[in-house]
Amino acid sequence: MSFLFHIGRYAMFVRQVFGRPVKHRIFFKQVIREMDVLGLSSVGIVVIISFFMGAVITLQTAYNIDLPIIPKYAIGLAARDSIILEFSSTIVSLILAGKVGSHIASEIGTMRVTEQIDVLDVMGINSAGYLVLPKVMALIIIIPFLVIISMGVGIFGGWTAGTTTGVVPSDEYIYGIQYMFVPFYIAYSLIKSVVFAFLITTIAGYWGYYSTGGSLEVGRSSTRAVVISSIQILLFNLILTQLLLA
Amino acid sequence: MIEARNIIKSFDGNTILKDVSAIFKPGQTNLIIGQSGSGKTVFLKSLVGLHEVDSGDIIYDDRDFTRMPDKDRIKVRQEMGMLFQGSALFDSLTVEENVRFPLDMFTKKKLDERRERANFCLKRVNLENVNHLYPSEISGGMQKRVAIARAIALNPKYLFCDEPNSGLDPKTAIVIDELIQEITKEYNMTTIVNTHDMNSVLGIGEHIIFIFKGEKYWEGSSQDIFKSDNKELNDFIFASKFFRKIKDKL
Repeated sequence: MSFLFHIGRYAMFVRQVFGRPVKHRIFFKQVIREMDVLGLSSVGIVVIISFFMGAVITLQTAYNIDLPIIPKYAIGLAARDSIILEFSSTIVSLILAGKVGSHIASEIGTMRVTEQIDVLDVMGINSAGYLVLPKVMALIIIIPFLVIISMGVGIFGGWTAGTTTGVVPSDEYIYGIQYMFVPFYIAYSLIKSVVFAFLITTIAGYWGYYSTGGSLEVGRSSTRAVVISSIQILLFNLILTQLLLA
Repeated sequence: MIEARNIIKSFDGNTILKDVSAIFKPGQTNLIIGQSGSGKTVFLKSLVGLHEVDSGDIIYDDRDFTRMPDKDRIKVRQEMGMLFQGSALFDSLTVEENVRFPLDMFTKKKLDERRERANFCLKRVNLENVNHLYPSEISGGMQKRVAIARAIALNPKYLFCDEPNSGLDPKTAIVIDELIQEITKEYNMTTIVNTHDMNSVLGIGEHIIFIFKGEKYWEGSSQDIFKSDNKELNDFIFASKFFRKIKDKL
């Protein structure tokens, strides 16, 4: 019953988020601010994780297909497809669910328990829309760039690890990452990331918005936001993969 | 003028407000008093629409707030200012931005005009040279004054204060009380203050409503309190030995 209650209330919350808007000028200002807070501040962690992720994928692929009949360029090809299809969108989104999701839930949750949201409601402002919609739009706009950065850095990380350890020559790796390239894979990955951005921001916003009590409950809401948005990312990853690649 | 008619409000089957009616006139400080858990905060939040009442009417100058569509409610809400218990200033905004916030949201004035109005409101609450500080950088009393400045920025007709003295020392609490009373008179606002602070009750209580276990038990002024023989009111007001002694002497 609790599950159904949250599904219903989440649907109503999302409707409220996209309800009566605030002034356009204020909305765009907030979106720019949120792009900085949620997106640009995440570039560092995305770069670090993507570099090592690409490096590990390359080394693991190399050790697992260490057969004379398989050409070395297959390492680059496998690393490229793994990074583009799965790791850059899903893993980066899972990281963002932790970093951005907890940030959103705790920020809005604190505003709830300190009555700042009541101030907005008394003024007649659509508080859910004012607080959450700019975050949704900001992450939807910025996440494709983060994913593209992750793809590039991941592939570079793979090249660095492959060439420095000698498991794959540089020219073979570069040939591999160009071999049988399917541009739609990038579109597929970006579509997924946009859906994940929506899930991260609305789920975290929902848990923050309905926080009650004090700091302990805000902490709990923040944890729930991360756990549930991570599970939803994995679920929607499965659904979108079936829909877009089948 | 605000009129509450037969307000009933329940949470999870537990009736918090039981048929409460009251009239709050402009130009005077109306106080809602009662013990913690008596329902006074629920009553105040019902008046401003933060809680939807189960039954009853809330009338703002002949406009039925409980039955009007959301679109009209927004217009009435823009005539309200509210001071919350913990000030509820936006942490991410400076003092000036907090005061300017309702002006930014609801007026078409130019930035200079909005800043001028914000500075006027800050001066009115005796705050200067704190415009660029954040709420965390000023004292609790100053935060309350900023919250009052924000509440009056749009020249509201109705001012609601939920425990404005909570967490303040007695001297600062009196300053806040006097400020609320002055502003009420100056702008002829309908002001409703939710409190259990005896200094406020005796100092600014021009019209007082006593709520006990969700019911209105008594109504009068601070002068009438000393003459009242209402047991629940006397138990609440004269709970301390000090106040009992004062009453006995009178």
